[in-house]
Amino acid sequence: MLTVNRYKCCYCGACVAVCPTCSLELVETWLEVSAECKECGLCTKICPVGALEVEA
Amino acid sequence: MKCDLIVVGGGPGGSMAAKTAASAGLKVVMLEKRQEIGDPVRCAEGVSMKGLNRMVKPEPKWISSVVKGARIYAPDGKRVVMSESSSGNGYILERKVFDRGLAMQAAQAGAKVLVKTRALGLLRKDGAISGVSALRIGEPLQIEAPLIIGADGVESKVGRWAGIDTTLKLPDIESCAQFLVHDASIDDEYTEFFLGNSIAPSGYVWSFPKGEKLANIGLGIQGSRSKPGEAVRLLRQFMKTRFPNGKVVEMVVGGDPCSGPIDSAIADGVMLVGDAAHQTDPFTGGGILNAMQAGIIAGEVAAEAITACDVSRSGLKEYDDRWKEDIGKIIAKSFQLKEFFVKLTDKDLNHLIGSMAKEDMSKMDLAGMLRVLFRLNPKLLWGLKSLII
Repeated sequence: MLTVNRYKCCYCGACVAVCPTCSLELVETWLEVSAECKECGLCTKICPVGALEVEA
Repeated sequence: MKCDLIVVGGGPGGSMAAKTAASAGLKVVMLEKRQEIGDPVRCAEGVSMKGLNRMVKPEPKWISSVVKGARIYAPDGKRVVMSESSSGNGYILERKVFDRGLAMQAAQAGAKVLVKTRALGLLRKDGAISGVSALRIGEPLQIEAPLIIGADGVESKVGRWAGIDTTLKLPDIESCAQFLVHDASIDDEYTEFFLGNSIAPSGYVWSFPKGEKLANIGLGIQGSRSKPGEAVRLLRQFMKTRFPNGKVVEMVVGGDPCSGPIDSAIADGVMLVGDAAHQTDPFTGGGILNAMQAGIIAGEVAAEAITACDVSRSGLKEYDDRWKEDIGKIIAKSFQLKEFFVKLTDKDLNHLIGSMAKEDMSKMDLAGMLRVLFRLNPKLLWGLKSLII
């Protein structure tokens, strides 16, 4: 499951840009993850602050 | 609510599009999902003075400082200084004020600006785009219009909703972090660039002065060489070695598209502008002026298309033709430069910067510097022959 550490997230939207399934949405300061997420982890790599994690 | 054109996104690209279209007589609604236009910033705020002045008359309060040149540092510390050149003169903007100023101009031209209003999807009637469904301060709102401009930034959805795949692959986006720093050693008149694969792999560190010993100090690294939290970690490491006493008063992060020009920024009833259309310069990472230029072109084409009652893909083709001919050519060239430079080792970078030690770079812009570099290092840079000469 993809988890968002909301204490770390700086809501820049870089993760949204790389998501191949369009599963992320940045709502002002709130990153939403939809059920379409395939847990590919691309978003975790691009995140400048390391706020995203795919947990087994 | 009904109008001729909906602009999604109130950054510089969206505001210029809205202003241009409203000035041409269209009824325009511009949506900004945030409650404040221009904040939080995701930008190093540098633009060429000449480029900005060509499009708008800058208000003094938009500008933090004027810089007269740039210093570029090789990994071994050797440097080259460029100054007093046409492109070396630049503004460091105050984006929070600048973005709001441009949105005000759009509003004064007649565009209706809706803040805290997020587009949720495109409306369609008989297969054709008929508007945008949105959430305005948490309440549903439907806005009807035959034409949409997506200026919704790096996290753009408008293109994907309309069938334009704007998803960025990791090598085509830079992961960036920046601090606003106060430090006695900051030179208020020069931008600085630091190269090196250990400090910013396949990217660079920048320092853009904002006056009174303040500077945006940040870095970008190629997405394919990034890992979770790497941009911030590397920036903190750089600060420790280069500005150990620097006082950080703001933090900014972001993703910068560097994919080169996309095949097409139009679909039936839709045009994309700025980061949403990957119109950033892939080599420098600069995107403000390109987005504004594309916004102006899109606003003009929108007015023509609405007047001609043809917002189909073929009716909007002029937008694709014009932005590609204008900024697209430079973006394509910059992409090839980027593809070449991201592969250079620190040894190569040291060699290149070192080779310019005896050259007078004082009157040179980036293109001029590249020509000098090629003359001095033909073997290393042979792959760029067609781009530079």
